[in-house]
Amino acid sequence: MKIVDALLTPSVQHTASEMERFRADFPILDIKVGDKPLVYLDNAASSQMPQAVIDCLVRYQTTQHANIHRAVHHLSGLATQEYEAARRKLQYFVHAREEREIIFTSGTTDSINLVMHGYGRKFIQSGDEIILTALEHHSNIVPWQMLAEEKGAHIRVVPINDAGELLVEEYEKLFNPRTRFVALSHVSNALGTINPVKQMIAIAHQHGVPVLVDGAQAAPHMKIDVQDLDCDFYAFSAHKLYGPTGVGMLYGKAHLLESMQPFKGGGDMIASVTFEKTIYNEIPYKFEAGTPPIAAVIGFGAAIDYLNHIGLDAIAAYEHELLDYASEQIKIIPGVHIMGDCPDKVAVISFVIDGIHPHDVGTLLNQEGIAVRTGHHCAQPIMQRFNVAATSRASFAFYNTKSEVDALIAGIRSVQKVFAL
Amino acid sequence: MSLKSIYQEVILDHNRKPRNYGSLDYPTHHAVGHNPLCGDRINLDINMPDGRIEQIAFHGESCAICKASCSMMTAAVKGKSRQEAEAMVQEFREMVMSESNQSFDHLGRLKVLAGVRDLPTRVKCAILPWHTLHAAMNSVLSASTENDEDHVVKLAVNNH
Repeated sequence: MKIVDALLTPSVQHTASEMERFRADFPILDIKVGDKPLVYLDNAASSQMPQAVIDCLVRYQTTQHANIHRAVHHLSGLATQEYEAARRKLQYFVHAREEREIIFTSGTTDSINLVMHGYGRKFIQSGDEIILTALEHHSNIVPWQMLAEEKGAHIRVVPINDAGELLVEEYEKLFNPRTRFVALSHVSNALGTINPVKQMIAIAHQHGVPVLVDGAQAAPHMKIDVQDLDCDFYAFSAHKLYGPTGVGMLYGKAHLLESMQPFKGGGDMIASVTFEKTIYNEIPYKFEAGTPPIAAVIGFGAAIDYLNHIGLDAIAAYEHELLDYASEQIKIIPGVHIMGDCPDKVAVISFVIDGIHPHDVGTLLNQEGIAVRTGHHCAQPIMQRFNVAATSRASFAFYNTKSEVDALIAGIRSVQKVFAL
Repeated sequence: MSLKSIYQEVILDHNRKPRNYGSLDYPTHHAVGHNPLCGDRINLDINMPDGRIEQIAFHGESCAICKASCSMMTAAVKGKSRQEAEAMVQEFREMVMSESNQSFDHLGRLKVLAGVRDLPTRVKCAILPWHTLHAAMNSVLSASTENDEDHVVKLAVNNH
Protein backbone atom coordinates (compact mmCIF):
# COMPACT_ATOMS: atom_id res chain seq x y z
CA MET A 1 0.00 0.00 0.00
CA LYS A 2 1.20 3.48 -0.81
CA ILE A 3 1.98 5.70 2.16
CA VAL A 4 -0.57 8.25 1.04
CA ASP A 5 -3.39 5.69 0.95
CA ALA A 6 -3.22 5.38 4.70
CA LEU A 7 -3.48 9.16 4.95
CA LEU A 8 -6.50 9.32 2.73
CA THR A 9 -9.03 7.52 4.88
CA PRO A 10 -10.28 10.45 6.90
CA SER A 11 -12.28 9.94 10.04
CA VAL A 12 -13.73 13.41 9.60
CA GLN A 13 -14.56 14.32 6.04
CA HIS A 14 -15.41 17.73 4.66
CA THR A 15 -16.75 18.30 1.17
CA ALA A 16 -14.75 20.52 -1.17
CA SER A 17 -17.20 23.37 -0.60
CA GLU A 18 -16.88 22.97 3.17
CA MET A 19 -13.10 23.06 2.81
CA GLU A 20 -13.40 26.24 0.76
CA ARG A 21 -15.30 27.85 3.62
CA PHE A 22 -12.20 27.54 5.81
CA ARG A 23 -10.50 29.82 3.32
CA ALA A 24 -12.53 32.71 4.70
CA ASP A 25 -10.63 32.30 7.99
CA PHE A 26 -7.49 33.70 6.33
CA PRO A 27 -7.80 37.47 5.84
CA ILE A 28 -4.58 37.83 3.81
CA LEU A 29 -5.99 35.65 1.04
CA ASP A 30 -8.31 38.53 0.09
CA ILE A 31 -5.53 40.92 -0.88
CA LYS A 32 -4.72 41.86 -4.46
CA VAL A 33 -1.37 41.88 -6.18
CA GLY A 34 -1.66 44.88 -8.48
CA ASP A 35 -5.14 44.37 -9.89
CA LYS A 36 -5.05 40.55 -9.62
CA PRO A 37 -6.37 38.51 -6.70
CA LEU A 38 -3.58 36.82 -4.77
CA VAL A 39 -3.07 33.12 -5.59
CA TYR A 40 -0.80 32.02 -2.78
CA LEU A 41 1.05 28.83 -3.74
CA ASP A 42 4.17 29.22 -1.61
CA ASN A 43 2.89 27.41 1.45
CA ALA A 44 5.92 25.14 1.74
CA ALA A 45 8.00 28.25 2.41
CA SER A 46 5.53 29.75 4.86
CA SER A 47 1.79 29.34 5.28
CA GLN A 48 -0.65 32.09 6.22
CA MET A 49 -2.28 32.61 9.61
CA PRO A 50 -6.00 32.21 10.26
CA GLN A 51 -7.86 34.96 12.13
CA ALA A 52 -8.03 32.72 15.21
CA VAL A 53 -4.23 32.74 15.54
CA ILE A 54 -3.97 36.47 14.82
CA ASP A 55 -6.65 37.11 17.47
CA CYS A 56 -4.79 34.92 19.95
CA LEU A 57 -1.59 36.94 19.45
CA VAL A 58 -3.49 40.20 19.92
CA ARG A 59 -5.33 38.92 22.99
CA TYR A 60 -2.10 37.70 24.55
CA GLN A 61 -0.26 40.97 23.94
CA THR A 62 -3.28 43.02 25.03
CA THR A 63 -4.17 41.26 28.27
CA GLN A 64 -1.78 38.46 29.25
CA HIS A 65 1.86 39.26 28.58
CA ALA A 66 4.58 38.88 31.19
CA ASN A 67 7.70 36.75 31.45
CA ILE A 68 7.15 33.08 32.20
CA HIS A 69 8.43 30.69 34.92
CA ARG A 70 9.66 33.62 37.04
CA ALA A 71 7.47 35.94 39.02
CA VAL A 72 4.59 35.20 41.36
CA HIS A 73 2.36 37.95 40.01
CA HIS A 74 -0.90 37.50 38.14
CA LEU A 75 0.31 38.10 34.59
CA SER A 76 3.39 35.92 34.90
CA GLY A 77 1.20 33.09 36.15
CA LEU A 78 -1.22 33.54 33.28
CA ALA A 79 1.51 33.66 30.65
CA THR A 80 3.19 30.57 32.11
CA GLN A 81 -0.10 28.69 32.12
CA GLU A 82 -0.78 29.50 28.45
CA TYR A 83 2.80 28.70 27.46
CA GLU A 84 2.68 25.30 29.13
CA ALA A 85 -0.80 24.67 27.68
CA ALA A 86 0.76 25.08 24.22
CA ARG A 87 3.31 22.42 25.14
CA ARG A 88 0.49 19.99 25.99
CA LYS A 89 -1.25 20.79 22.70
CA LEU A 90 1.94 19.90 20.87
CA GLN A 91 2.32 16.74 22.93
CA TYR A 92 -1.13 15.55 21.83
CA PHE A 93 -0.58 16.79 18.29
CA VAL A 94 2.45 14.53 17.77
CA HIS A 95 1.23 11.89 20.25
CA ALA A 96 4.26 12.08 22.53
CA ARG A 97 4.19 10.04 25.75
CA GLU A 98 5.01 12.98 28.00
CA GLU A 99 4.83 16.73 27.70
CA ARG A 100 8.44 17.13 28.87
CA GLU A 101 9.44 15.50 25.58
CA ILE A 102 8.37 18.68 23.75
CA ILE A 103 10.97 21.46 23.57
CA PHE A 104 10.18 24.86 22.11
CA THR A 105 12.84 26.12 19.74
CA SER A 106 13.02 28.97 17.25
CA GLY A 107 12.16 26.59 14.39
CA THR A 108 13.16 23.39 12.64
CA THR A 109 16.70 24.62 11.99
CA ASP A 110 17.15 25.44 15.66
CA SER A 111 15.72 22.03 16.64
CA ILE A 112 18.19 20.20 14.40
CA ASN A 113 21.06 22.30 15.70
CA LEU A 114 19.97 21.51 19.26
CA VAL A 115 20.26 17.78 18.55
CA MET A 116 23.56 18.24 16.72
CA HIS A 117 25.06 20.12 19.71
CA GLY A 118 23.27 18.28 22.50
CA TYR A 119 23.50 14.74 21.18
CA GLY A 120 25.96 14.82 18.30
CA ARG A 121 28.80 16.66 19.99
CA LYS A 122 28.52 14.42 23.02
CA PHE A 123 28.15 11.01 21.40
CA ILE A 124 29.67 11.22 17.91
CA GLN A 125 33.43 10.69 17.66
CA SER A 126 36.18 10.63 15.08
CA GLY A 127 35.59 7.98 12.42
CA ASP A 128 31.87 7.67 13.21
CA GLU A 129 29.31 7.90 10.44
CA ILE A 130 26.12 9.94 10.05
CA ILE A 131 23.53 8.96 7.44
CA LEU A 132 21.62 11.73 5.60
CA THR A 133 19.51 11.51 2.44
CA ALA A 134 19.79 13.15 -0.96
CA LEU A 135 16.44 14.84 -0.30
CA GLU A 136 17.48 16.94 2.68
CA HIS A 137 16.98 20.67 3.08
CA HIS A 138 20.25 22.51 3.78
CA SER A 139 19.17 22.80 7.42
CA ASN A 140 19.43 19.03 7.79
CA ILE A 141 22.78 18.85 5.98
CA VAL A 142 24.89 21.77 7.16
CA PRO A 143 24.70 21.15 10.95
CA TRP A 144 25.83 17.56 10.42
CA GLN A 145 28.65 18.64 8.13
CA MET A 146 29.79 21.09 10.80
CA LEU A 147 29.74 18.27 13.34
CA ALA A 148 31.55 15.88 10.98
CA GLU A 149 34.24 18.47 10.37
CA GLU A 150 34.67 19.18 14.06
CA LYS A 151 34.81 15.52 15.06
CA GLY A 152 36.39 13.92 12.04
CA ALA A 153 33.19 11.96 11.40
CA HIS A 154 31.84 11.04 7.96
CA ILE A 155 28.57 11.76 6.15
CA ARG A 156 26.88 9.01 4.14
CA VAL A 157 24.05 9.87 1.77
CA VAL A 158 21.03 7.76 0.80
CA PRO A 159 20.51 8.16 -2.98
CA ILE A 160 17.21 8.76 -4.78
CA ASN A 161 15.79 7.49 -8.07
CA ASP A 162 14.51 9.60 -10.98
CA ALA A 163 11.07 9.82 -9.41
CA GLY A 164 12.58 11.45 -6.33
CA GLU A 165 12.15 8.41 -4.07
CA LEU A 166 14.77 7.26 -1.57
CA LEU A 167 16.39 3.90 -2.34
CA VAL A 168 15.72 2.02 0.88
CA GLU A 169 17.85 -0.98 -0.09
CA GLU A 170 20.82 1.36 -0.64
CA TYR A 171 20.07 2.95 2.73
CA GLU A 172 20.31 -0.45 4.43
CA LYS A 173 23.72 -1.05 2.87
CA LEU A 174 25.10 2.16 4.41
CA PHE A 175 24.93 0.77 7.95
CA ASN A 176 28.10 -0.50 9.56
CA PRO A 177 29.46 -0.65 13.12
CA ARG A 178 30.57 3.02 12.88
CA THR A 179 27.08 4.34 12.03
CA ARG A 180 25.99 6.55 14.92
CA PHE A 181 23.12 8.69 13.69
CA VAL A 182 20.48 9.05 10.96
CA ALA A 183 18.89 12.41 10.03
CA LEU A 184 16.21 12.38 7.35
CA SER A 185 13.24 14.39 6.20
CA HIS A 186 9.72 13.03 6.49
CA VAL A 187 8.73 14.95 3.34
CA SER A 188 11.04 16.57 0.79
CA ASN A 189 10.60 20.34 0.67
CA ALA A 190 11.74 20.62 -2.94
CA LEU A 191 9.78 17.71 -4.45
CA GLY A 192 7.06 16.81 -1.95
CA THR A 193 8.09 13.12 -1.72
CA ILE A 194 6.82 11.36 1.40
CA ASN A 195 9.66 9.16 2.64
CA PRO A 196 9.04 5.73 4.22
CA VAL A 197 10.36 7.00 7.55
CA LYS A 198 8.70 4.36 9.72
CA GLN A 199 10.44 1.58 7.82
CA MET A 200 13.72 3.50 7.76
CA ILE A 201 13.57 4.14 11.50
CA ALA A 202 12.99 0.43 12.13
CA ILE A 203 16.06 -0.41 10.03
CA ALA A 204 18.19 2.11 11.94
CA HIS A 205 16.98 0.73 15.26
CA GLN A 206 17.97 -2.80 14.21
CA HIS A 207 21.48 -1.36 14.13
CA GLY A 208 20.98 0.49 17.41
CA VAL A 209 21.15 3.88 15.70
CA PRO A 210 18.89 6.81 16.71
CA VAL A 211 16.98 8.79 14.08
CA LEU A 212 16.06 12.45 13.78
CA VAL A 213 13.14 13.22 11.47
CA ASP A 214 12.86 16.69 9.93
CA GLY A 215 9.08 17.04 9.81
CA ALA A 216 8.90 20.67 8.63
CA GLN A 217 7.12 19.71 5.40
CA ALA A 218 5.13 16.79 6.83
CA ALA A 219 3.40 18.26 9.87
CA PRO A 220 1.18 20.65 7.84
CA HIS A 221 -0.10 17.81 5.67
CA MET A 222 -0.56 14.64 7.72
CA LYS A 223 -1.10 13.28 11.20
CA ILE A 224 2.16 12.80 13.06
CA ASP A 225 2.47 10.01 15.62
CA VAL A 226 5.98 9.93 17.06
CA GLN A 227 5.26 6.76 19.06
CA ASP A 228 4.00 4.91 16.00
CA LEU A 229 7.00 6.10 13.95
CA ASP A 230 9.25 5.32 16.94
CA CYS A 231 11.52 8.20 15.90
CA ASP A 232 14.01 9.44 18.46
CA PHE A 233 13.69 13.11 17.48
CA TYR A 234 11.08 14.94 15.41
CA ALA A 235 11.28 18.62 14.44
CA PHE A 236 9.04 21.20 12.77
CA SER A 237 8.22 24.92 12.64
CA ALA A 238 5.01 26.80 13.47
CA HIS A 239 5.08 29.15 10.49
CA LYS A 240 4.59 26.35 7.98
CA LEU A 241 1.68 25.16 10.11
CA TYR A 242 -0.50 28.31 10.05
CA GLY A 243 1.26 29.70 13.12
CA PRO A 244 3.74 32.54 13.72
CA THR A 245 7.40 32.70 12.66
CA GLY A 246 10.20 32.40 15.20
CA VAL A 247 8.98 29.27 16.94
CA GLY A 248 9.14 25.55 16.37
CA MET A 249 9.38 22.37 18.35
CA LEU A 250 11.62 19.44 18.95
CA TYR A 251 10.23 16.15 20.16
CA GLY A 252 12.81 13.87 21.73
CA LYS A 253 12.51 10.63 23.65
CA ALA A 254 12.85 11.57 27.31
CA HIS A 255 15.81 9.29 28.06
CA LEU A 256 17.75 10.70 25.10
CA LEU A 257 17.00 14.29 26.03
CA GLU A 258 18.14 13.55 29.56
CA SER A 259 21.41 12.10 28.34
CA MET A 260 22.19 15.17 26.23
CA GLN A 261 24.18 18.26 27.08
CA PRO A 262 22.44 21.66 26.94
CA PHE A 263 22.74 23.58 23.70
CA LYS A 264 22.51 27.10 25.10
CA GLY A 265 23.35 28.31 28.57
CA GLY A 266 21.38 30.99 30.37
CA GLY A 267 18.35 31.71 32.49
CA ASP A 268 15.52 29.24 32.95
CA MET A 269 17.70 26.25 31.97
CA ILE A 270 19.30 25.96 35.41
CA ALA A 271 18.37 24.45 38.75
CA SER A 272 21.06 26.34 40.64
CA VAL A 273 24.07 28.45 39.77
CA THR A 274 27.19 29.22 41.76
CA PHE A 275 30.50 30.32 40.30
CA GLU A 276 31.85 26.87 41.12
CA LYS A 277 29.11 24.81 39.50
CA THR A 278 25.79 25.04 37.71
CA ILE A 279 23.18 22.35 38.00
CA TYR A 280 20.96 22.17 34.95
CA ASN A 281 17.21 22.20 35.08
CA GLU A 282 15.16 19.15 34.12
CA ILE A 283 13.92 18.55 30.59
CA PRO A 284 12.41 20.30 28.72
CA TYR A 285 13.63 23.48 30.50
CA LYS A 286 17.26 22.39 30.24
CA PHE A 287 16.97 23.21 26.53
CA GLU A 288 14.96 26.43 26.80
CA ALA A 289 17.53 29.01 27.90
CA GLY A 290 16.50 32.65 28.00
CA THR A 291 13.10 34.21 27.49
CA PRO A 292 11.37 32.34 24.67
CA PRO A 293 9.06 33.95 22.08
CA ILE A 294 6.12 33.53 24.46
CA ALA A 295 3.45 35.07 22.22
CA ALA A 296 4.59 32.97 19.28
CA VAL A 297 4.50 29.76 21.35
CA ILE A 298 0.95 30.54 22.48
CA GLY A 299 0.05 31.37 18.86
CA PHE A 300 1.58 28.01 17.87
CA GLY A 301 -0.87 26.40 20.29
CA ALA A 302 -3.76 28.33 18.73
CA ALA A 303 -2.71 27.11 15.27
CA ILE A 304 -2.78 23.52 16.58
CA ASP A 305 -6.30 24.09 17.95
CA TYR A 306 -7.34 25.44 14.57
CA LEU A 307 -5.90 22.44 12.70
CA ASN A 308 -7.54 19.99 15.10
CA HIS A 309 -10.86 21.71 14.46
CA ILE A 310 -10.56 20.96 10.72
CA GLY A 311 -8.82 17.60 11.11
CA LEU A 312 -5.44 16.70 9.62
CA ASP A 313 -6.85 13.71 7.76
CA ALA A 314 -9.56 15.84 6.15
CA ILE A 315 -6.81 18.29 5.16
CA ALA A 316 -4.70 15.47 3.69
CA ALA A 317 -7.64 14.13 1.65
CA TYR A 318 -8.59 17.54 0.25
CA GLU A 319 -5.00 18.56 -0.53
CA HIS A 320 -4.46 15.29 -2.34
CA GLU A 321 -7.42 16.03 -4.59
CA LEU A 322 -5.82 19.40 -5.37
CA LEU A 323 -2.47 17.72 -6.04
CA ASP A 324 -3.97 15.17 -8.44
CA TYR A 325 -5.90 17.86 -10.27
CA ALA A 326 -2.89 20.19 -10.55
CA SER A 327 -0.52 17.39 -11.61
CA GLU A 328 -2.88 16.24 -14.38
CA GLN A 329 -3.32 19.78 -15.65
CA ILE A 330 0.40 20.57 -15.61
CA LYS A 331 1.36 17.32 -17.35
CA ILE A 332 -0.78 18.09 -20.39
CA ILE A 333 1.03 21.38 -21.09
CA PRO A 334 3.73 20.70 -23.69
CA GLY A 335 7.24 21.61 -22.54
CA VAL A 336 6.47 21.50 -18.82
CA HIS A 337 8.03 18.78 -16.65
CA ILE A 338 7.34 17.84 -13.04
CA MET A 339 10.47 16.97 -11.02
CA GLY A 340 10.04 14.00 -8.72
CA ASP A 341 6.69 12.72 -9.92
CA CYS A 342 6.16 9.78 -7.60
CA PRO A 343 2.93 8.34 -6.10
CA ASP A 344 3.68 9.18 -2.45
CA LYS A 345 3.62 12.96 -2.32
CA VAL A 346 2.18 15.87 -0.43
CA ALA A 347 0.67 18.76 -2.39
CA VAL A 348 3.95 20.17 -3.72
CA ILE A 349 4.76 20.38 -7.42
CA SER A 350 8.26 21.30 -8.54
CA PHE A 351 8.39 21.96 -12.26
CA VAL A 352 10.55 23.29 -15.07
CA ILE A 353 9.48 24.82 -18.37
CA ASP A 354 11.66 24.11 -21.40
CA GLY A 355 13.67 27.17 -22.44
CA ILE A 356 12.49 29.43 -19.61
CA HIS A 357 14.46 30.07 -16.43
CA PRO A 358 12.43 29.59 -13.21
CA HIS A 359 13.15 33.17 -12.13
CA ASP A 360 11.50 34.48 -15.28
CA VAL A 361 8.60 32.08 -14.61
CA GLY A 362 8.28 33.42 -11.06
CA THR A 363 8.39 37.07 -12.12
CA LEU A 364 5.78 36.56 -14.84
CA LEU A 365 3.48 34.49 -12.60
CA ASN A 366 3.75 37.22 -9.97
CA GLN A 367 2.41 39.60 -12.58
CA GLU A 368 -0.73 37.42 -12.59
CA GLY A 369 -0.91 37.55 -8.79
CA ILE A 370 0.43 34.01 -8.43
CA ALA A 371 3.04 33.42 -5.72
CA VAL A 372 5.32 30.43 -6.32
CA ARG A 373 8.83 29.77 -5.08
CA THR A 374 11.63 29.73 -7.63
CA GLY A 375 15.21 28.74 -7.00
CA HIS A 376 17.00 25.79 -5.49
CA HIS A 377 14.67 25.61 -2.46
CA CYS A 378 17.64 25.32 -0.07
CA ALA A 379 18.15 21.83 -1.47
CA GLN A 380 21.01 22.18 -3.91
CA PRO A 381 21.93 18.46 -3.84
CA ILE A 382 18.48 17.64 -5.27
CA MET A 383 18.93 20.22 -8.01
CA GLN A 384 22.31 18.67 -8.86
CA ARG A 385 20.72 15.20 -8.91
CA PHE A 386 18.18 16.36 -11.50
CA ASN A 387 20.80 18.44 -13.30
CA VAL A 388 18.93 21.74 -13.03
CA ALA A 389 20.02 24.99 -11.37
CA ALA A 390 16.54 25.75 -10.10
CA THR A 391 12.85 24.88 -10.39
CA SER A 392 9.54 26.61 -9.87
CA ARG A 393 7.56 25.17 -6.98
CA ALA A 394 3.83 25.43 -6.37
CA SER A 395 2.96 24.24 -2.87
CA PHE A 396 -0.65 23.99 -1.78
CA ALA A 397 -2.54 24.37 1.48
CA PHE A 398 -6.08 23.33 2.35
CA TYR A 399 -7.24 26.90 1.68
CA ASN A 400 -6.26 26.70 -1.98
CA THR A 401 -8.92 25.91 -4.56
CA LYS A 402 -9.25 24.23 -7.94
CA SER A 403 -9.88 27.62 -9.51
CA GLU A 404 -6.47 28.70 -8.17
CA VAL A 405 -4.96 25.64 -9.86
CA ASP A 406 -6.68 26.83 -13.05
CA ALA A 407 -5.10 30.26 -12.55
CA LEU A 408 -1.67 28.62 -12.23
CA ILE A 409 -2.20 26.62 -15.42
CA ALA A 410 -3.33 29.75 -17.30
CA GLY A 411 -0.33 31.57 -15.83
CA ILE A 412 2.12 28.91 -17.07
CA ARG A 413 0.58 29.10 -20.54
CA SER A 414 0.89 32.88 -20.58
CA VAL A 415 4.56 32.63 -19.54
CA GLN A 416 5.15 30.35 -22.51
CA LYS A 417 3.33 32.82 -24.72
CA VAL A 418 5.53 35.74 -23.61
CA PHE A 419 8.57 33.68 -24.52
CA ALA A 420 6.80 32.56 -27.70
CA LEU A 421 7.57 28.90 -27.17
CA MET B 1 7.85 51.13 -15.77
CA SER B 2 5.46 48.24 -15.25
CA LEU B 3 6.42 44.68 -14.49
CA LYS B 4 5.26 43.64 -17.90
CA SER B 5 7.58 45.92 -19.80
CA ILE B 6 10.76 44.23 -18.58
CA TYR B 7 9.92 41.27 -20.82
CA GLN B 8 9.62 43.39 -23.91
CA GLU B 9 10.72 42.29 -27.33
CA VAL B 10 14.27 43.62 -27.21
CA ILE B 11 15.03 41.58 -24.07
CA LEU B 12 13.29 38.48 -25.37
CA ASP B 13 15.21 38.85 -28.62
CA HIS B 14 18.59 39.04 -26.85
CA ASN B 15 17.55 36.04 -24.76
CA ARG B 16 16.67 34.02 -27.86
CA LYS B 17 19.62 35.17 -29.94
CA PRO B 18 22.34 36.37 -27.58
CA ARG B 19 25.06 38.44 -29.26
CA ASN B 20 28.70 37.44 -28.82
CA TYR B 21 27.66 34.08 -27.41
CA GLY B 22 30.44 31.51 -27.05
CA SER B 23 34.03 31.67 -25.89
CA LEU B 24 37.33 33.05 -27.12
CA ASP B 25 40.26 30.76 -27.88
CA TYR B 26 42.90 32.97 -26.31
CA PRO B 27 41.28 35.54 -24.02
CA THR B 28 43.54 37.98 -22.19
CA HIS B 29 40.92 38.40 -19.48
CA HIS B 30 38.37 36.01 -18.06
CA ALA B 31 35.92 35.85 -15.18
CA VAL B 32 32.99 33.76 -14.04
CA GLY B 33 30.00 35.47 -12.51
CA HIS B 34 27.80 33.44 -10.24
CA ASN B 35 24.53 34.19 -8.49
CA PRO B 36 24.11 31.53 -5.82
CA LEU B 37 20.46 32.49 -5.30
CA CYS B 38 19.32 31.05 -8.61
CA GLY B 39 22.42 29.29 -9.88
CA ASP B 40 23.01 31.77 -12.72
CA ARG B 41 26.53 31.43 -14.04
CA ILE B 42 28.20 33.53 -16.72
CA ASN B 43 31.60 32.86 -18.26
CA LEU B 44 33.05 35.99 -19.80
CA ASP B 45 36.10 36.09 -22.10
CA ILE B 46 37.72 39.31 -23.25
CA ASN B 47 40.54 40.07 -25.61
CA MET B 48 41.96 43.41 -24.47
CA PRO B 49 45.61 43.45 -25.60
CA ASP B 50 46.16 47.22 -25.54
CA GLY B 51 43.62 48.43 -23.01
CA ARG B 52 40.82 48.26 -25.56
CA ILE B 53 38.20 45.51 -25.77
CA GLU B 54 38.79 43.97 -29.18
CA GLN B 55 36.79 40.79 -28.69
CA ILE B 56 34.32 39.70 -26.06
CA ALA B 57 32.26 36.52 -25.66
CA PHE B 58 30.12 34.91 -22.99
CA HIS B 59 28.33 31.68 -22.30
CA GLY B 60 26.56 30.12 -19.37
CA GLU B 61 23.23 29.34 -17.80
CA SER B 62 20.99 32.15 -16.72
CA CYS B 63 17.55 33.71 -16.73
CA ALA B 64 16.35 35.91 -19.58
CA ILE B 65 17.10 39.19 -17.80
CA CYS B 66 20.68 38.16 -17.05
CA LYS B 67 21.31 36.77 -20.50
CA ALA B 68 19.83 39.80 -22.27
CA SER B 69 21.80 42.15 -20.03
CA CYS B 70 25.00 40.25 -20.83
CA SER B 71 24.28 40.13 -24.54
CA MET B 72 23.57 43.87 -24.69
CA MET B 73 26.61 44.60 -22.53
CA THR B 74 28.97 42.74 -24.85
CA ALA B 75 27.59 44.65 -27.83
CA ALA B 76 27.92 47.95 -25.95
CA VAL B 77 31.49 47.58 -24.68
CA LYS B 78 33.08 46.04 -27.76
CA GLY B 79 35.65 48.47 -29.10
CA LYS B 80 35.61 50.53 -25.91
CA SER B 81 38.68 51.32 -23.84
CA ARG B 82 38.97 49.84 -20.39
CA GLN B 83 38.20 53.23 -18.82
CA GLU B 84 35.14 53.69 -21.00
CA ALA B 85 33.91 50.21 -20.14
CA GLU B 86 34.46 50.80 -16.42
CA ALA B 87 32.48 54.02 -16.69
CA MET B 88 29.63 52.09 -18.32
CA VAL B 89 29.69 49.53 -15.49
CA GLN B 90 29.21 52.40 -13.04
CA GLU B 91 26.48 54.02 -15.09
CA PHE B 92 24.62 50.74 -15.51
CA ARG B 93 24.81 50.09 -11.78
CA GLU B 94 23.42 53.53 -11.10
CA MET B 95 20.63 53.03 -13.60
CA VAL B 96 19.35 49.77 -12.11
CA MET B 97 19.97 50.64 -8.48
CA SER B 98 19.32 54.34 -8.09
CA GLU B 99 15.97 55.81 -7.29
CA SER B 100 16.65 59.08 -9.04
CA ASN B 101 14.84 60.04 -12.19
CA GLN B 102 17.95 61.21 -13.97
CA SER B 103 18.16 60.47 -17.64
CA PHE B 104 20.11 57.47 -18.78
CA ASP B 105 19.60 58.25 -22.45
CA HIS B 106 23.31 57.98 -23.10
CA LEU B 107 23.11 54.26 -22.29
CA GLY B 108 21.04 53.79 -25.43
CA ARG B 109 19.29 50.46 -25.77
CA LEU B 110 20.49 49.36 -22.34
CA LYS B 111 17.77 51.65 -21.01
CA VAL B 112 15.19 48.85 -21.42
CA LEU B 113 16.84 47.17 -18.42
CA ALA B 114 16.05 50.13 -16.15
CA GLY B 115 12.70 48.41 -15.49
CA VAL B 116 14.35 45.94 -13.09
CA ARG B 117 14.44 48.78 -10.58
CA ASP B 118 10.82 47.87 -9.87
CA LEU B 119 11.79 44.22 -9.35
CA PRO B 120 14.19 44.30 -6.38
CA THR B 121 14.66 40.53 -6.49
CA ARG B 122 15.78 40.71 -10.12
CA VAL B 123 18.25 43.61 -9.96
CA LYS B 124 21.02 41.12 -9.29
CA CYS B 125 20.14 39.21 -12.46
CA ALA B 126 20.63 42.33 -14.59
CA ILE B 127 23.78 43.46 -12.84
CA LEU B 128 25.64 40.13 -12.71
CA PRO B 129 27.20 40.44 -16.21
CA TRP B 130 28.52 43.93 -15.36
CA HIS B 131 30.11 42.75 -12.13
CA THR B 132 31.66 39.95 -14.12
CA LEU B 133 33.00 42.40 -16.68
CA HIS B 134 34.52 44.53 -13.92
CA ALA B 135 36.15 41.44 -12.37
CA ALA B 136 37.51 40.25 -15.71
CA MET B 137 39.02 43.61 -16.61
CA ASN B 138 40.74 43.82 -13.23
CA SER B 139 42.34 40.41 -13.22
CA VAL B 140 44.55 39.70 -16.16
CA LEU B 141 44.98 36.04 -16.91
CA SER B 142 47.48 35.02 -19.47
CA ALA B 143 45.60 33.12 -22.13
CA SER B 144 48.54 30.88 -22.76
CA THR B 145 48.66 29.31 -19.31
CA GLU B 146 46.45 26.48 -18.25
CA ASN B 147 45.58 28.32 -15.09
CA ASP B 148 41.85 27.80 -14.93
CA GLU B 149 41.25 29.43 -11.61
CA ASP B 150 37.97 31.26 -12.00
CA HIS B 151 37.44 34.71 -10.67
CA VAL B 152 34.05 34.15 -9.29
CA VAL B 153 31.93 37.16 -8.58
CA LYS B 154 29.73 36.26 -5.70
CA LEU B 155 26.94 38.70 -5.24
CA ALA B 156 25.73 39.30 -1.75
CA VAL B 157 22.37 37.62 -2.01
CA ASN B 158 20.16 36.05 0.53
CA ASN B 159 21.16 32.46 -0.09
CA HIS B 160 19.18 30.72 2.61
